[in-house]
Amino acid sequence: MSEGVDRDKRRFLTLLTTGVGAIGVGFAATPFVLSMTPSARARAAGAPVEVDISKLESGQMMTVEWRGKPVWIVRRTKDMLASLPALDKVVADPESKVADQQPSYAANKTRSLKPELLVLVGICTHLGCSPSQKFQVGPASGMGDDWTGGFFCPCHGSKFDLAGRVFKGVPAPTNLPVPPHTFLSDTRILIGEDKKGAA
Amino acid sequence: MEKLLAWIDDRFPLTKVWEEHLSKYYTPKNFNFWYYFGSLALLVLVMQIVTGIFLTMHYKPDTESAFASVEFIMRDVSWGWLIRYMHSTGASFFFIVVYLHMFRAMMYGSHRKPRELLWIIGVIIFVALMAESFMGYLLPWGNMSYWGAQVIISLFEAIPYIGPGLSEWIRGDFVVADATLNRFFAFHVIAIPLVLVILVFVHIVALHKVGSSNPDGIEIKKKKDANGIPLDGIPFHPYYTVKDIVGVVVFLMVFSAVVFFAPELGGWFLEHDNFVPANILQTPPEIVPLWYFTPYYSILRANTVSFILDAKVWGVIFMALSIMVFFFLPWLDRSPVKSIRYRGWIFKTALAFFVVAFVILGYLGTKSPQAIDLMLFPNVYWAQIFTIVYFAFFALMPWYTKIDKTKPVPERVTK
Repeated sequence: MSEGVDRDKRRFLTLLTTGVGAIGVGFAATPFVLSMTPSARARAAGAPVEVDISKLESGQMMTVEWRGKPVWIVRRTKDMLASLPALDKVVADPESKVADQQPSYAANKTRSLKPELLVLVGICTHLGCSPSQKFQVGPASGMGDDWTGGFFCPCHGSKFDLAGRVFKGVPAPTNLPVPPHTFLSDTRILIGEDKKGAA
Repeated sequence: MEKLLAWIDDRFPLTKVWEEHLSKYYTPKNFNFWYYFGSLALLVLVMQIVTGIFLTMHYKPDTESAFASVEFIMRDVSWGWLIRYMHSTGASFFFIVVYLHMFRAMMYGSHRKPRELLWIIGVIIFVALMAESFMGYLLPWGNMSYWGAQVIISLFEAIPYIGPGLSEWIRGDFVVADATLNRFFAFHVIAIPLVLVILVFVHIVALHKVGSSNPDGIEIKKKKDANGIPLDGIPFHPYYTVKDIVGVVVFLMVFSAVVFFAPELGGWFLEHDNFVPANILQTPPEIVPLWYFTPYYSILRANTVSFILDAKVWGVIFMALSIMVFFFLPWLDRSPVKSIRYRGWIFKTALAFFVVAFVILGYLGTKSPQAIDLMLFPNVYWAQIFTIVYFAFFALMPWYTKIDKTKPVPERVTK
C-alpha cells in the first residue's frame, strides 16, 4: 500500500456507490408504493348498477349506490324544471361547459337524457361530502326567500340547483357530476354504462 | 451494587447518560407554570401508546366489524371502557398540552436562536401528531369517522395533475373503504407512533444540546461559576423531576375527572354522530372535525373566492400554510429580546389577537358556515376576518417586532 491516496478516484467511487444505491432503493420501494394503489378487487367492483325507477313519483328522489358512492335519481316536476332557466345568471357553469362533469349527452339545459329525470353522483365537488336534499321552495327551505329548490352541502355550504349546477360564490368549483347512464326501458336505468360502453 | 454499576459502565454509558441528561443537566431555576407541558406531553404519549396496545388486542380493522368491535370493547371487555376512554380523552388532552407547550414557546421566544432546530423538530412532531389523530379517528368507523376521512383525503385532490391519483393511492380505493381502514390502522398503530417516538427523542437530544430557555429569555450558560456550572442553573434531577411530579398529579386529576365523569365532554371529545356506524350514502347533517382541527378547518372553509385558482384550491393552500407558517416563526420574529416580559405593547397585543383569532376560528369550525352564531353576519365572513388576523400575526411579525419598544433584559434570571 502506498501512502498516497487518489482522492478523485475515492470521491468518484463514493458517488458511484451512493448513486447506484439510491437507484436500488428506488426500485425496491416501487412495489411497496404500488401495493397501496387500488387492488384488482377494488377496480373490478365498479360494475354498473341497474335501477328500477317505476316507483319514483314526480318530485321525489331516490339514492342508489354505485362504486361506493351515492347516486341520486330525481324525477323533477314541471315547476322544478321551469325554475332552472332563471338561475342561469347565478350558477357558475350554466351551460355545462366543464366537460369532465357529465357525458356529452347530458351537457344540455336540464343536464339529463330525459328532461324530468336527473341522475347525479351525490358527492360534493368541493371535498366529497354528500349534499342534502333541499327541495322546499322559499323561506320554508331555510335557504333564503329566493331559493327555488336544490341541494345544500352541510360541510362547507356549497349550493346546487335542481340540475346539480353549482351556485357562484360557494367553495365547490364545478357542477355535480352526471354519471354515464342509459335507459334500458322507461322504468329501468343502467348506471355506470352507456351506449359507448362501461365508464 | 457499585460493582454492578461499574460492570455496566464499562459496557454501556449508563452513569454518563444519567448525569448528562438528568443529575448534571442544568436547567434555569426560574421555570414557571408554563414549563409543565413538555413533560406532560411525554406522559400523554406514553399513555396513548400503552392504552393503544391494549385496544389493538380487541379492535378489528375491518369495515364489517370495526364499529362493533369498539362497542365490544366498551361493553364486554373487562375494563375496556376505561382503556378506550383513556385513549380517546388522551387524544384531546395531547392537543391541549401541545398547544399550551407551543404557546409557551411563542410567549417566551423559546424558538429563537439557538433553538430554531429544536422548534422545527417540535413543529414536525405537531404535524405527525395531527396525522396520527386523523388516522385514529377513522378506526371506530362511525359516520363522522367516515365522512371526516372522505373530506380530508379529498383535500389532496385539489393538487393539480397528481391530485386525483394521489388521493386514490391514499385511500387504496375510489372512495374511503376497507382498504383505507386497514392501512390507516397500520399507520396509526405502528408507522406514525414509531416516527413520533423517534422525533420526541430527537427533540430532547436537541433540547439538551442547546439547553432549556426560560421565562426571561436569556441564556444561563453565559454566567458560569468556577466549575463551569451556570449560576442560574439547577440540576434537572431532582429539582425539576419533583416539580414535574406535582404537574403530573394535577394533570391526572383533571384527566381522570374527564375520563370518569364526561368522557364525551358534550360532543367535544367524542362526537355524537360517531356513535352511528358509517353510512356511505348519508353525510351527517353537520360535518365537524374534532375541536383541535377546527381552526384550520375554518380557514379551509373561509376561502370562497376563485381567483386564478379555484376557491377550493385556495382553501387547501391556506389551510396548509396556516400550519406550515409555524416553521418560519424563529425567522419572522426580529425583536432584539426573546421573552414577552421585555417586549412592548405591540407584540403583546398581536399575540392576544392571534389567540383570539385561533379560538374564534376554532369555534366557527364547529358551526355551519351560513348560520349566524356570533353577530350581524354569517359565520363564514367572521371566519374570513379572523383568517386574515391569523395570517397577519405572522406576515406582519418581521415589521412589528422590529419597531416594538423593548425593555432592557437583565443579566441574570429574575423571579
